[in-house]
Amino acid sequence: MNDRIQKLIELKAPVSRVWRALTDHREFGEWFRVKLDGPFVVGQISRGQMTYPGYEHLKWQAIVQKMEPERLFSFTWHHSFEPDADITKEPTTLVEFRLEKTETGTLLTLTESGFENLPDNLRTEAFRRNDGGWTAQMKNIESHVTQKA
Amino acid sequence: MSRKKHRGRTAKPLAYAPVFAALGDETRLSLVAKLCGGQSRSISQLREGSKLTRQAITKHLRVLERAKIVHSVRTGRESRFEFDPQAMEGIKQYLDFVSEQWDQALSRLKSFVEG
Repeated sequence: MNDRIQKLIELKAPVSRVWRALTDHREFGEWFRVKLDGPFVVGQISRGQMTYPGYEHLKWQAIVQKMEPERLFSFTWHHSFEPDADITKEPTTLVEFRLEKTETGTLLTLTESGFENLPDNLRTEAFRRNDGGWTAQMKNIESHVTQKA
Repeated sequence: MSRKKHRGRTAKPLAYAPVFAALGDETRLSLVAKLCGGQSRSISQLREGSKLTRQAITKHLRVLERAKIVHSVRTGRESRFEFDPQAMEGIKQYLDFVSEQWDQALSRLKSFVEG
């Protein structure tokens, strides 16, 4: 039974560049699509507002676990879809970004684990999310097409 | 998306934590492997090839039953067990969904650092 998610991706950029994109809160926000209130600090709650289309009503909350320069960045976060969810009271999963230097750039390994901690009602939430996801995809396609035109 | 849907009108919430916990055991995984073909099996059939007592097997089956991975059907004096794929499909569906979100996020990261 697969209770974790793992992704490997080759990035044609130096480790230092990828590290900055992951751990500088403004850069992280650019690609993750979240507006963060402040820098990531180990042991502290990172807060912000999602900017991903269809998810804007949701707050971003994560607890930074590890920041080992150019090697490992990790945080825990919750999977609740309630806008007023409080991360200190919710079950969480662990997200880890591991970086390795390669000949052409960086090998990034993303792992998310701890799904066994999650609550009962994920199934319904997943359906709701999927709805939001499709709306988001349509908007993405739209802006892509508009830019190209 | 309507407010009504927010309450989740059809899908019965499934308990995920017990499902993962129930599957985190070799004996129970082997029981699921024997049952997931779709045929119902008696405790004696499920015991075949195992050194465990009937009581021990029953205990494991009850754990799987509480997690809604299997359910029992009574035929006469005998209890037979059947696999219930819904619990596992629910988790798989959610993991697939989160996985898809990561694919999208990582592809945005790729264009961001390579651009």
